[in-house]
Amino acid sequence: MTLTERILGSKALAALASPHGVDRYLELVSPMWAATEVRARVVDVVRETEGVAAGAAPVATVTLQPTSTWRGHRAGQYVQVGVELPGARRTTRCFSISSAASAPGERFTITVRANTEAPDPERSVSSFLVHRVRPGQMLHLSQAEGDFTLPVSPATPGPDPLLMISGGSGITPVMSQLRTLLRDAPRYGDRAGRVGRRVVFLHFARSAEDQIFAEELAAIAAADNGVEVHLRYGDQRFSEFELRRLVPDFRDTDTWVCGPAGLVERVQEAYAVSAGSTTPGRLRVEYFKLATVVSTGPTTGAGSAEGDVTFARAGTTTANTGASLLEQAEAAGLRPEFGCRMGICFSCTSRKSAGTVRNLLTGETSSLPDEDIRICVSAPEGDCVIDL
Amino acid sequence: MGSTSSTAPRLSPDQLEEFGREMDALRQRIIADLGEEDAAYIRNVVKRQRQFEVAGRVLFYVPPAWPLAVASLSIAKILDNMEIGHNVMHGQYDWMGDPGLNSRMFDWDTVCPGEQWKYSHNYIHHTFTNILGKDRDIGYGVLRMDEDQKWRPYYLGNPIYAFLLMVFFEWGVALHDLEVENIVAGKRKLADNRPLYPGLLRKIRRQALKDYLLFPALTGPLFLSTLAGNAVANLIRNIWAFNIIFCGHFPAGVETFSEEECYDEHGQESRGHWYYRQILGSANISGGRLFHLMSGNLSHQIEHHLFPDLPARRYPQIAPEVREICARYGLEYNTGRLSKQLGSVARKIFRLALPPRRSTPEAAPAGEVAAAA
Repeated sequence: MTLTERILGSKALAALASPHGVDRYLELVSPMWAATEVRARVVDVVRETEGVAAGAAPVATVTLQPTSTWRGHRAGQYVQVGVELPGARRTTRCFSISSAASAPGERFTITVRANTEAPDPERSVSSFLVHRVRPGQMLHLSQAEGDFTLPVSPATPGPDPLLMISGGSGITPVMSQLRTLLRDAPRYGDRAGRVGRRVVFLHFARSAEDQIFAEELAAIAAADNGVEVHLRYGDQRFSEFELRRLVPDFRDTDTWVCGPAGLVERVQEAYAVSAGSTTPGRLRVEYFKLATVVSTGPTTGAGSAEGDVTFARAGTTTANTGASLLEQAEAAGLRPEFGCRMGICFSCTSRKSAGTVRNLLTGETSSLPDEDIRICVSAPEGDCVIDL
Repeated sequence: MGSTSSTAPRLSPDQLEEFGREMDALRQRIIADLGEEDAAYIRNVVKRQRQFEVAGRVLFYVPPAWPLAVASLSIAKILDNMEIGHNVMHGQYDWMGDPGLNSRMFDWDTVCPGEQWKYSHNYIHHTFTNILGKDRDIGYGVLRMDEDQKWRPYYLGNPIYAFLLMVFFEWGVALHDLEVENIVAGKRKLADNRPLYPGLLRKIRRQALKDYLLFPALTGPLFLSTLAGNAVANLIRNIWAFNIIFCGHFPAGVETFSEEECYDEHGQESRGHWYYRQILGSANISGGRLFHLMSGNLSHQIEHHLFPDLPARRYPQIAPEVREICARYGLEYNTGRLSKQLGSVARKIFRLALPPRRSTPEAAPAGEVAAAA
């Protein structure tokens, strides 16, 4: 920690800046100055694929120079990225980091697939990052988060193999792990660049043209580094049979899987892990949180009051009655904070993590995930998950 | 109307519904139009506020510039409390998704914790505006500001209490949430206040530490001069905020309401009547752009009470339309220069210090309504 950082993060400075916080002043001098918040300047945007196969979408890698407050990341972690979308609406989504583990303040990359199924493409963070973001723009970040990490390094070689399975843009966190192993091999382990144990890297893409990091993976596969790369395209789905051929005792092998729900479910079946199980085993799973994560069930037309309302913190789910979320929460025995009950005082503002709500005053609907809504004047349409 | 001097027309349920629809449509039109301009505006105000604040703090190092330092810091505090703090904490900019401008995260540069103020202001005052017995902002539990507040000898001190409230306004706002008058009346238990103390004390400590110890100490030998400067800046902000805010609901002609006339047998009030009550219960102050900025656009109290969650910069923009709608329904749109509204409030403070004159109860208020019209 440099002296400047120590001063900026000091209690004395915070007391002087109270109640607004030091960052509210620093940001006016330079967006790259920060005491606690993390921001990043876009350094480079590289298109990885164009989205050729049916259902595929373009992918881009965005290189970020974070503020000195960035504490670095471990391979496999993700970061929350806040983007100012057109209309001055800042929106935040999670993206896995694709570059090798970073040190504090060090540059890193995220690799993003444009979400073509977003309800409103104008409000899609991933589309913005793929199509619109330009070098020089500022993004808002969290610190790196997540436990989908690699506990081994080339400094700790061993006989146990590592197995990485990914599908589509789910390649990003395992790519970060693979890159970290390869980067660190000459530094901490084998001079020749061998990663110190057998690594099986199995990836499923829609087509060869939609393969992210194709050239780099080909080079990794060709080099003598201990890494086996197996790429599968189109109809070549994951099968337990094939996995057994690659890694006979896969159930006793440390495995990381990341990708679409279908792939993750099939892998879990192969490992005999029941879906949603949290028992830590050899299999580590990273779920993808897409904008349209909740299966809204069969659509029953506009104005439908059917579906289920889930109160996430209370852990209860009730049938949607079509009334306001505040009334439904109270009917479910919850006691959420409220005030005016007419949409003016903001006392009842709560976070909707998924689903569509209709504003009872205006009739407008909104399907954005992780949105703050006034539950006294919001009624769910179909399934809805609310953080109460 | 609670006030015996009421001249406001009563609207039929159908008229109220149509009136409410017009207001809803106006609101919806602005909501759909919110975007980059509003964001740029509030960010620019924040930037200017920070510049005035930093300039004020720095100028205390230059003794001859003391008045300038005080002026700069006063402007910073006024902007922080009014155009930024009050409006941001109303949720006017929540749609931006910017944590620095979010109603749930923002706190302002006064001893009152934003968290506690939002309850008594956004919920109680804005929902029950000018309903006697429900809106605690009628006299703030200290003053007699309405004819229908029963006179007691205590109210002989009305002008003195008002003066003290003006000088110590930020403290008054902070202590408002403790509802002392309800404790005295036996409607609230002292224990109900216990959860409020830690937040209140923390905020007071932080504000006092910054203004009365740390910044003065940083100027070394000028400690006392900086301390005095900070105190004066707080005082100027108090006086300004008090005067603007008292013109919002207390000038002559502003109506108060009884619970019976607002709620039906199910305890419900129609949206149209709520809008109707907001208009008749508020008063504007006319002035230029700079005046509206420095008053946090509370000079458009009527528009603010109709649409408390719309960015305040929109109030001057929609005011002509609101006025036109009011005229069509025959509703008085109470506005006037600062001097006129303040004079009217001052007369009320003095007049209501005395018990009602039994012989001519309507003489004084009726005269003022005519003057305000």
